[in-house]
Amino acid sequence: MNREAQLIFDVSKAGRRAFSQAPKPVADDKLSDLPAGLRRQSKPMLPEVSELQVVRHYTNLSSKNFAIDKQFYPLGSCTMKYNPRGANRAAMLPGFLKRHPLAPESHSQGYLACLFELQEFLKEVTGMKGVSLTPMAGAQGEFAGVAMIRAYHEARNDHARTEILVPEAAHGTNPATAVMCGYKVREVPVNNNGDVDLEALKAACGPQTAGLMMTNPSTCGVFERQIEAIAKAVHESGGLLYYDGANLNAILGKVRPGDMGFDVIHMNLHKTFATPHGGGGPGAGPVGVSERLKPFLPTPIVGQDGDSYRWLSDADLPQTIGHLSAFMGNAGVLLRAYYYARALGREGMLRVGEYSSLAANYMLKRLQQVGYTAAYPERRASHEFIITLAKESKAFDVSAMDVAKRLLDYNQHAPTTYFPLLVPECLLIEPTETETKEALDEFIDAMAKILEEARENPELVKGAPYSQPVRRLDDVRAARELNLVWKPA
Amino acid sequence: MSNIPAELRYAKSHEWIRLEDDGTAYVGISEHAQEAMGDLVYVELPDVGAVVASSDETGVVESVKAASDIYAPVSGEIIAVNEALSDSPELVNQDCYGDGWLYQIKLSDKAELEDLLGAEDYAAQLEEDA
Repeated sequence: MNREAQLIFDVSKAGRRAFSQAPKPVADDKLSDLPAGLRRQSKPMLPEVSELQVVRHYTNLSSKNFAIDKQFYPLGSCTMKYNPRGANRAAMLPGFLKRHPLAPESHSQGYLACLFELQEFLKEVTGMKGVSLTPMAGAQGEFAGVAMIRAYHEARNDHARTEILVPEAAHGTNPATAVMCGYKVREVPVNNNGDVDLEALKAACGPQTAGLMMTNPSTCGVFERQIEAIAKAVHESGGLLYYDGANLNAILGKVRPGDMGFDVIHMNLHKTFATPHGGGGPGAGPVGVSERLKPFLPTPIVGQDGDSYRWLSDADLPQTIGHLSAFMGNAGVLLRAYYYARALGREGMLRVGEYSSLAANYMLKRLQQVGYTAAYPERRASHEFIITLAKESKAFDVSAMDVAKRLLDYNQHAPTTYFPLLVPECLLIEPTETETKEALDEFIDAMAKILEEARENPELVKGAPYSQPVRRLDDVRAARELNLVWKPA
Repeated sequence: MSNIPAELRYAKSHEWIRLEDDGTAYVGISEHAQEAMGDLVYVELPDVGAVVASSDETGVVESVKAASDIYAPVSGEIIAVNEALSDSPELVNQDCYGDGWLYQIKLSDKAELEDLLGAEDYAAQLEEDA
């Protein structure tokens, strides 16, 4: 038995108990309101283990995670930056932690003040005119953004707008969001330098255009240089511009989506504002809007009356697209983001974009020097960049996935693989501003060694990883057979 | 070079179409396309009876690494879909020109076939893309 992949059932011994966890016997009359037919006849299948075995098992499992606290994590488009511990301390102050979500406004002024200021910071840094913090994740932020575009057109009785334009270099979730909001998606091609094909875009714009969804810098890892012309073309056709905040880290404090002409934006605070993510944990996807979309912002929003703060609700915003969560987003995440913004200040925020782009451009150049091929060699990287292994895949039959798996043996988290779809055999690499040069160099050295291995011993790379609890997972079977319930053999 | 049967016509977006004697045609994706996608895990097909225009979206093929739209190579009415693919999407990988067909379409204008690529031209396009 591979001890590394041991299940807790594998160490079970009949009769062994963790006494502090053992359920107290329940008298039959306590179950009297449970119909006899619904009571189980057999004991549930539980592992029989000691308390120490439980602690040891799960502690060992947790240490197997690849995590930003343990490894370099250059997962492109995900902005896996350091999550400052100070933010945790601030968000866990008893006044925040013990505040009941239904507590009256007069008892929540400190909390409301933080959220109000966060709204103001986000407006300032994105150049938008209104912000709502309520979306609970990036996907919900996108949904809210496109729902506002729909509400805007409907309020103007403009019902002919049925299409959302999505460039090939948009964030991968954008087409799904447009469809969820009832739109047809029309794809717009990208040229060889990673810019939107402007002529194709102009041809696609018309009275059917509800809007365009894009991120800038784009998923090609380059800044869209024609953004003004793009905004003009979409606006002239009567459509609105949606900015996906996936890549906001590259331009934070430097260029503002509001100044580029975007009407609506969602931000991923769990990326750009350094709150923990990556394990499906809580996120925050606030939306920002231009003047004309302000009436449609999702509620609640924090408003200021003189010296005090209050919730703005549907009564204040009769045209709102409504509530998106029971209260208002994930309070703990918003507080961590607030701390982060305050800790950085205006100066610090400028450095986020500068250093994340510097780190990416350094890595791009070094990786080219050791023999890798940039997808857009003519372009400077934004905060992330793409290399393509199309050549290696032909020459040595070593794919981007093989390189990604081999990186794990060098204790490096793999970059994003096979995304964006328009670049064959690609790795999308995003180092973030919180890594030291030494950490970047370690990754580059590992990549250099893997390229050597691919040339001299491709089978070694194709068989990786060797150092992990399991080798290659059967991802086809995992996608085809979704039944994940474990049963004893 | 991947297998490109001479008797089929091809769309630039990598669908093939095979005209039958009764004026209907079978549509699938080329060997190059299925190879590029990798092992398919899901195939979404159009509704039988749907009337589509050439280059309309008529489904999606999804693999572990990508999802890709299927475009109608010609205009017409969908008269049958390959039901076997819902349980066995791998048929497209195993036999893309045979058991892995996607749907059958009744052409509204046979002349549209002329706008598609012949095997040689499609091979040339693949060369160019490579």
